[in-house]
Amino acid sequence: MTIQKFITEKPWIWSFSATITVWIITVLFTGGASSFGLSQAALTFAAFSVIVGIGQMFVITLGPGNVDLSVPATMTLSGTLALKLMDVQDGMIIVGLLASIGVGLVIGLGNYILIKLLRIPPIIATLSMSFIVQSVAIWSNRGLRIKPPETLASFTTSGLFGIPNIALVALVLSAIAWVLLEKSIYGRWISAIGQSRFAARMAGIPVDGTRLVTYMLCAVLASVCGYLLASFSGGAALNMGSEYLLMSIAVVVIGGTAVAGGNSNIPGIWGASLFMFLVVSMLNTYGFGAGIRLMLTGFIIIAVILLAGGKRSSR
Amino acid sequence: MKLSSGTIRLIIPAASLALLLAAVFYMQPRAMSYTGLNLLFNLAVPIALATIAQMLIMSVNDLDLSMGTFVSFCACVAATVLQTSPLLGVLIFIGAIAAYAGMGVLIHVRELPSIVVTLGMSFVWGGLAVLILPSPGGTAPSWARAIMTAKPPLVPMAIVASILIAAVTHYIVMRSSFGVLMRGTGGNDRSVERAGWSVIGIRAATYALAGLFAILAGIALVGLATSADANIALRYTLLSIAGVILGGGEFVGGKVSPIGAVIGALTLTLAGSFLSFMRISPDWQIGAQGAILIVVLALRLALNRLEKREKHQ
Repeated sequence: MTIQKFITEKPWIWSFSATITVWIITVLFTGGASSFGLSQAALTFAAFSVIVGIGQMFVITLGPGNVDLSVPATMTLSGTLALKLMDVQDGMIIVGLLASIGVGLVIGLGNYILIKLLRIPPIIATLSMSFIVQSVAIWSNRGLRIKPPETLASFTTSGLFGIPNIALVALVLSAIAWVLLEKSIYGRWISAIGQSRFAARMAGIPVDGTRLVTYMLCAVLASVCGYLLASFSGGAALNMGSEYLLMSIAVVVIGGTAVAGGNSNIPGIWGASLFMFLVVSMLNTYGFGAGIRLMLTGFIIIAVILLAGGKRSSR
Repeated sequence: MKLSSGTIRLIIPAASLALLLAAVFYMQPRAMSYTGLNLLFNLAVPIALATIAQMLIMSVNDLDLSMGTFVSFCACVAATVLQTSPLLGVLIFIGAIAAYAGMGVLIHVRELPSIVVTLGMSFVWGGLAVLILPSPGGTAPSWARAIMTAKPPLVPMAIVASILIAAVTHYIVMRSSFGVLMRGTGGNDRSVERAGWSVIGIRAATYALAGLFAILAGIALVGLATSADANIALRYTLLSIAGVILGGGEFVGGKVSPIGAVIGALTLTLAGSFLSFMRISPDWQIGAQGAILIVVLALRLALNRLEKREKHQ
């Protein structure tokens, strides 16, 4: 009985057990030779999904219909602008980071202005916004591939005690997000808004302020992720954010955050991000073609959701 | 004169389409011809069909994030299997419709979020499309090509097809008893259930119907493009959602409008042509499309306010 209670109270268990299973299968298949490299790569690539996933999680917690589709465009624009501004100079690293945070703040503000003033559903508002942001990125990129400053590039590609620096950054961000979500009044507010916006407003919660901050937070995390990803991969590319649209939503939901809002959890995002990366690399090691790989990824996502999700299954 | 709220809902999409069309004609008078109109609206037919499919899913409060990959998959099937062995192709399509119905049942029975299930399915369809057609190619079935390039007298095929799609779906969604049940499920599924209907059945049928329209979208697309590729229609996911919203539909509550959805799809297609006539630099074309979307939605807000004020009087 207690085990069952533990599992229902900790929805992230599912994503972690799935991750460990996939990791073991992959390592067994390669005869244990790849366990260190695989873990390193998984941590690095999962870290990027975790950073955007946390932002998306805050937005999804706000309730049905809240989702930020401008994440990929924000990542691209922030990466492009930051690298352009830094112009391979080590002294400009902080300036570049601040600039990318600034990009995030502006996009988040723009998103919420559209949602609030024009009363556009968030999906469409952030979608229209992402079109505009993408245009700005295309216009400023001009097909040039500017390299990141040397120090920043080596920071993003190296590690500390065998743990990739990117993963450490993501860990720090997750810790901050966890405190925000679980220990601060802001976290209570977003959960309350997600459960019932009307009740939250009646209880005197500043609904608009909280939602504005949440959309800005999501955009800032996306732009920081874009900044890191561009530095990690040695330059910004126009399509660098595209796979993170579905990824950011998938890791949140597989991680056990309620899509209907009002209930979120951060450990699950880590589990889900590692899981998504490991599934792809597992299928790669088995030597499947692209088609089979995609199909199996889809089936595995649905299987995890079936196991973990659903209101009736937990009863 | 009294206008029903449904009619008011249609005015803004229709007006914005008319305005865009007028702007295009003003800038390029030669577009005001049979060929011109056909060129302007040709690509709208598959988008309109995909938008209708998305609208059906949205009428039961769900959202299909796999629409783009599914239409791509259907286009790949249409350009390969359906062309070489029609019977097998039809069987695959029937299987796909069954998969859609199954998806609806699964979402309903396990109370799963449709966004996630369709997200997972988008990988499945994408994978299947790559398996069927690893590299761009294939040939459109000659009948699909013939239908899409037909030249009926007076009015271009694209317009005829759009009107036909709008009329048929308007009948299904707004006039038939199934349509009422479907929208009722979106409005309040518990009351539909209490009234003795099977909500599972309604959801399954809605999904199956959506699958059918998405398949038609894929075939129409191949008929126009003559060949297919696994990524041919990826942008349809977002286009179809935007089309439904532009046409006055809403995400929850079963408030949808088939005529509006077709008009929304036409508007989105025309916005693309409009921007190229404006000689806007390609860098800004996507951004300008976003801006057009925002302007139309702002107009809708203004009209909704007007509607509300009239109700209060």
